[in-house]
Amino acid sequence: MKMSGAQMVCEAIIAEGVKTVFGYPGGAIMNVYDEIYKQNAFRHILTRHEQAAVHAADGYARATGEVGVAMVTSGPGFTNAVTGLATAYMDSVPLVVISGQVPLSLIGTDGFQEVDAVGISRPCTKHNYLVRSIEDLPRILKEAFYIARSGRPGPVLVDIPKDITGELGEFVYPESVDLPTYKPRYKGNDRQVKKAVEAILNAKKPLLYVGGGTVLSNAYQEVRALAELTQIPAVETLMARGVMGAKNPLLVGMLGMHGSYAANMAMSETDLIISLGARFDDRVTGKLSEFARYADIIHIDIDPANIGKLVDVDYPIVGDVKTVVEKMESMIREKVDPDRYQVWREILARYDELHPLMYHDSEEVIKPQWVIERIGQLVGEEAIITSDVGQHQMWAAQFYPFDRPRQWINSGGLGTMGFGFPAALGAKMGHPEKTVINITGDGSILMNVQELVTAAENKIPVINVILNNHFLGMVRQWQTFFYDKRYSETDLSYQPDWKMLAEACGGAGYDVTTKAEFDQALQSAIEGGKVTFINVAVDRFENVLPMVPAGGALYNMLLEHKDQ
Amino acid sequence: MDKVRRVISVIVANEAQVLARVSGLFAGRGYNIDSLTVAPIPDTDLSHMTIVTRGNRRVIEQIVKQLHKLIPTFKVIEHEHMVEKEMVLVKFPIEKPLADIQALCQAYNGGIVNVGTEMFIAMAADESIRIEHFVEAVKRYHPIEIVRSGVVAMER
Repeated sequence: MKMSGAQMVCEAIIAEGVKTVFGYPGGAIMNVYDEIYKQNAFRHILTRHEQAAVHAADGYARATGEVGVAMVTSGPGFTNAVTGLATAYMDSVPLVVISGQVPLSLIGTDGFQEVDAVGISRPCTKHNYLVRSIEDLPRILKEAFYIARSGRPGPVLVDIPKDITGELGEFVYPESVDLPTYKPRYKGNDRQVKKAVEAILNAKKPLLYVGGGTVLSNAYQEVRALAELTQIPAVETLMARGVMGAKNPLLVGMLGMHGSYAANMAMSETDLIISLGARFDDRVTGKLSEFARYADIIHIDIDPANIGKLVDVDYPIVGDVKTVVEKMESMIREKVDPDRYQVWREILARYDELHPLMYHDSEEVIKPQWVIERIGQLVGEEAIITSDVGQHQMWAAQFYPFDRPRQWINSGGLGTMGFGFPAALGAKMGHPEKTVINITGDGSILMNVQELVTAAENKIPVINVILNNHFLGMVRQWQTFFYDKRYSETDLSYQPDWKMLAEACGGAGYDVTTKAEFDQALQSAIEGGKVTFINVAVDRFENVLPMVPAGGALYNMLLEHKDQ
Repeated sequence: MDKVRRVISVIVANEAQVLARVSGLFAGRGYNIDSLTVAPIPDTDLSHMTIVTRGNRRVIEQIVKQLHKLIPTFKVIEHEHMVEKEMVLVKFPIEKPLADIQALCQAYNGGIVNVGTEMFIAMAADESIRIEHFVEAVKRYHPIEIVRSGVVAMER
């Protein structure tokens, strides 16, 4: 069938089953927006900034497991989207971002709103395309979705010159993709898996090191089953919160820079790491030469480049976590003796008793950790929690009772402030039936605060809980610990009136200074059905603890600080 | 870990951007490139890149894996047993002893490839290490310009 390039873009989005697209129009993408206007098959949400459009598509993708789609124009439209691409790239989120480009004849002439989009995005996309001919467009769109969601997922950019979206061409959306140069390996080598199983059976202190890959591959049931069967304890990374389930007795906790004492000691003392879709990030390992010194390592990852990148691996297995863990479970089923690891589990339980994850609650001032716990008590398993980046993010990861994967959405890899609110919009569009709460700080929330308007206009009632310490809290904490309390540019005492700000944009706002007020505000926010700011005045100088100082060994945790 | 020299062949789809993807990967991840050559493989839609790099074992392993991860990459070969050749062109003023230089070039699989009114150009084609020796040897004739091609390699 003959149609314009712009129509092809819409037809591909429809064919891929995408229900919501986030974006912002402009000159070079106008042809596509004209086609969006004419159709009813998918919804377009107009964000108020291109960065927010990509984060919203990202939140949608993380909450649903589907490919998220964002659309932006050329030049500044695209450059605004770059932070969104980089955020998704670092956390392996499947996105297709369509950007307009100046007409082919103008490319390379420094045309109005021209920028080298494929050049700029090359290091922060899984793949990108500059479409050079209408004949290539259907194939490229199909490949973009396929590459985004297969293997180790990631964002794909399709940059389309304006004359191509206006030109007519033959459209047949390909049934399948044939890329001889791209064949992700899912299965995992049987011999390697067998060797790994032998290693588990011979280990005395094995540890499941559960990473974000288990969320991406929808492997949580398999991972929980493996743990249940073998009774091997597990630690979760920041990206894997919810995979094991908060009430799971085998879950030791989150590890890493702000991980629990028991989880970090487990990693330091284990004799066999079973890494499931984790990548030994520096925030997890601490000082590499001191990391897990007694352990052999089984590393299961769909991306071969992750294996052996930072630590030497004894049992490398390239494959999808879900498939490989299933295989492992069937091989180990008849042979494993769960009692074998009893002593190990007891040791870890004692570590947890010795230094449990805790905070000192107060009746005078609200502690941020209390707010997180309280949200957990009030909405718990039912809600989707997004977050920005900083202290509030770490407290949320530490204290919220995450019970399932895709319940916890945060920018772990890139650490993008301003991610949480637009991501919450995307998550809510993907799961309208769920309460969606963005746990944020008074620094982060201002980095995409314009999305109040998007949320109010489209009636997307997400709740932003601002843990307000009038500081850029995490940087302030480092200044307290490591910079002799020189609070350089972290004092955020000058603030907007949060309640009025939310109301001015058509949302609701609550200022909270007591626990009772918080309960009431959250209740009203849930019932009110509007986008909401709950501004919670919390203890200004509360620190995130425990803490492994950057570059320190994982077992050397600051458990408390004299200024606490 | 000790740094080693490695010659890596990368077979890629012959398409726009592919050289930028490869060179950008090296720049972005801080890997060294000693030389890089690229040309289409006859009768295919593929190109052959030969990259000479150096790094410790872990870096070399990462380079191979990261190259393989690029979507247009078909194959990555970390050469062990290879034939390796490089070419060099050297320009001399016409006053220099042409016969001496020709004899030298012949020892390095080359010869005189162009003679003009004011200068002549000599060529040698050999292994990189021998090309270095050649370049050293011709320096005494004060060449005007030296251009090396970078390495091409083939597994044997």
